[in-house]
Amino acid sequence: MRYGMAIDTRKCVGCSDCVVACQTENSIPHGYTRDWISETVEGMYPNLALEIRSERCNHCDDTPCVRTCPTGSSHIIEGGIVKVTHEECIGCGACIESCPYDARYFHPEGYVDKCTFCDHRVKNGQDPACVSVCPTHCMYFGDLDDPNSEISKVVAKNKVKVLAPEAGTKPQIFYLV
Amino acid sequence: MKTTRRDFIKISSLGIGGLALSTSPILGWVPSFLKEDDNTPDDSTAKRYPNYCEVCFWNCAGWVYTNKDKDGNEKIWKIIGNDDDPNSNGRFCPRGTGGIGMYYDKDRLRKPLKRVTGEDGNQTFVEIEWDEAIDIVAKKMKEIKTKYGPESFALFKHGTSGKHFATLFKAYGSKNMAGPAYSQCKAPREEGFRMTFGHPLHSPEPLDIRNTRCLVLIGSHLGENMHNGQVQEMSEAIENGASIITVDPRFSTAASKSKFWLPIKPSTDIALLLAWMHVIIKEKRYDIDYVEKNTSGFEQLKNHVKNFTPEWAYGITTIKPDIIRKTAREMAAASPAVIIHPGRHATWYGDDTQRSRAIAILNALLGSWGRRGGFFNPEKAKLPKYPMPAFPKPKWSWRDIAPDKYPLAKMGVTNLLIDGSHPDKKEGHKIKAWFVVGTNLPVTIPNSKRTIEAIHNQEFIVVVDTMPSEMAGYADIVLPEATYLERYDDLRLAQHREPTIALRMPAAKPYAETRPGWKMCKDIAGKLGLSEYFNYNDYSEVLDWQLKKIGSSLDEMKEIGVMKLDRKYNDLYFHEHMEHEFETPTGKIEFYSNGMLAAGFAPMPVYTKHPEPPKGFYRLIYGRAPMHTFSRTTNNPYLMELMKENALWVNPKTAKDWGLKTGQRVWLQNHQGAVSTFSIAVRVTERIRQDSVYMVHGFGRLNKKLTKGYGAGISDTEMVTDVKIDKETGSTGMRSNFVTFLTEEPEKKEKTV
Repeated sequence: MRYGMAIDTRKCVGCSDCVVACQTENSIPHGYTRDWISETVEGMYPNLALEIRSERCNHCDDTPCVRTCPTGSSHIIEGGIVKVTHEECIGCGACIESCPYDARYFHPEGYVDKCTFCDHRVKNGQDPACVSVCPTHCMYFGDLDDPNSEISKVVAKNKVKVLAPEAGTKPQIFYLV
Repeated sequence: MKTTRRDFIKISSLGIGGLALSTSPILGWVPSFLKEDDNTPDDSTAKRYPNYCEVCFWNCAGWVYTNKDKDGNEKIWKIIGNDDDPNSNGRFCPRGTGGIGMYYDKDRLRKPLKRVTGEDGNQTFVEIEWDEAIDIVAKKMKEIKTKYGPESFALFKHGTSGKHFATLFKAYGSKNMAGPAYSQCKAPREEGFRMTFGHPLHSPEPLDIRNTRCLVLIGSHLGENMHNGQVQEMSEAIENGASIITVDPRFSTAASKSKFWLPIKPSTDIALLLAWMHVIIKEKRYDIDYVEKNTSGFEQLKNHVKNFTPEWAYGITTIKPDIIRKTAREMAAASPAVIIHPGRHATWYGDDTQRSRAIAILNALLGSWGRRGGFFNPEKAKLPKYPMPAFPKPKWSWRDIAPDKYPLAKMGVTNLLIDGSHPDKKEGHKIKAWFVVGTNLPVTIPNSKRTIEAIHNQEFIVVVDTMPSEMAGYADIVLPEATYLERYDDLRLAQHREPTIALRMPAAKPYAETRPGWKMCKDIAGKLGLSEYFNYNDYSEVLDWQLKKIGSSLDEMKEIGVMKLDRKYNDLYFHEHMEHEFETPTGKIEFYSNGMLAAGFAPMPVYTKHPEPPKGFYRLIYGRAPMHTFSRTTNNPYLMELMKENALWVNPKTAKDWGLKTGQRVWLQNHQGAVSTFSIAVRVTERIRQDSVYMVHGFGRLNKKLTKGYGAGISDTEMVTDVKIDKETGSTGMRSNFVTFLTEEPEKKEKTV
């Protein structure tokens, strides 16, 4: 079992519904977020290309955040989901520094917070909130170890890339380009 | 649109200090084998209530979830789509998801307000009780009726609760009602299509985007306007390999998904449409059988477009002839599974009915109306009307304000009601009082100076809203409305591939002393002796009565939220072997319209040259962002986080000429001298033509009570003073203004309400 996500940048319109859905589902306080939209524009008028991406924790295979955590609050659960146990976190910020994706933030209640792949939903057989709400169906979530899962097929069939491969963290979010 | 991680980090890092003090690292530590997951919400234990969204007109149906907060109080938690809803297919857009922000907005109106003038002459609002507010409104309605007749009281409305107020006004004796959804938005499109196919499009537009092979967007920025179902289907079309052709002076999100982007010179769209027709007819790429069977006036059209060559259009549109030919062939190759998108906000340059006719005609040439992958035939559910007496017949209506104008308008024209309200209206029928429900006229109707002059000419103004809008600032009485999450309203009967019924019910008690619109209407009607039009104690009784008439009930709808019904007729697409009767004078699709001619207009669309920006000025284009609906959301705590203010898109060459940098703040002045109240941040981008600038509509709020929206960016409406009226429908062309940059703050009086 290895959870991952594939996001089709060709379909994403950058509406940010994934951001609001995460905020409401997980009661994230205003001013903070676990996921966000990035845009890259290339070229010069009128020969332009625009890539829009929904970004979040990459739930990497090689996790500098977990390695640098002095209390063990950053940890990996079944399926490779990287989590933070809020009660154990001392807010030292080492994980934030070590993350090449800027995927973690200080929660105002005094701990570091990040994307959980909505494991509370996943364990009930639901998709993460961001995936389940996306109006363009540009996001796929599932088991990368299962070659018959939709996500495995999507990743196999399409040209994909990961973000910051040079960081060597083996990220598990794949962008269809 | 751009949400960068950095913005959020910057905010979150402020919390570090507090955090180190508030936790004890030693006591907080637990051995990892004892780790418990954090308390997480659970759909299965939460309560849910059906609703349909009111953040925009798409009205997607979904579920409002509530759960218990730390203190054990039931609170609204989240909103998600209803899988049975064809408008959303179970997936809301960011505004629908963020709709809970309308409920949680700290700046909401709480209690009725009355304008009072102090001894010093200063006017302020004081909070009053509902009984007093209703009394004052009813007394004024009686007074206006006695002095001038009920017709002199106008109703401006937008949104679902507007229907209750329409009933109140019809019962009272006035049909002077209008909403910006017509004359500031769809009117030219609806009437252009009516004059061609005998039928307007209504909402949601019956476009078979998911089955199309080619989608042509002309100034329509799907994806930035989150017309939910259409955005979803566009995504499906992309997945299926359909080609998209986008005509837009700006490299919109849709343009970035397109096979062809045509960065047209603004205001020249009709020339492009005529050239496309020319190519398609000349190269015999139109649907010959379809045109022969279903249309009238083909020979006249053929003759009409004979000289409108791509070379002719190139000089006007700046689009190269071979691109015009290639794109014409691209759409013809997909025929009939092709959609020249009719757009929605169609009030641009004052010849908008003609442009909409051109779009309609091009669709007809390619045989897409009534065809799979083109336009389907929608069906809408019908419910019996709750019994009430017949309405009295008003002596005059909005049309009589200017009887010789706008013959094609089929609904109330907002700006005509404003004309009738303005001090320069000396003769004939006049408007003396306004009832404004859920629409923010100074921010919505262009030339706000004229709107405000009309406002000052009124004897009485009532505003119903959930928020302290700019309009509310001009009211004599403000009635605070409960949001859609806290009230019953009419059942939604949206047209679609299959008819559906959707329920709105409260998920929470009305906030503070807010009340649902139906309750206000019922109470006012009671004071006016019109109770028989509101013969219920609670609006849920009306819904239950209607639902029981069709074999369902309110209780059933509370469980399912959306009821899917079977189509009555098997006619989603044309049956190829059958004759079709169109509701036009000829019974055919009209390329040539005698109706247009008889009304004094061109029977076939013609290109008219429009003014171009003077030196140093740029055409102001405005549009939508996916997380905002006009000024309705520009104080919403969730959606403002995604986009806190609008930015001014400026081409790098223009920026260089002016020495402008991204992030620099500028003020704007238009070609008639109007200066923006606030400043806007420049966004230097290759994604726009050099002769144009762009901003998202709905920002630059003027009401200081809006703690998030006040002063955030510029209101495009403020910059639109040169309004080009569409003579067919009276709608207001608003892409007709040119602006220049003021890099220093201009001196001016504060213009806030």
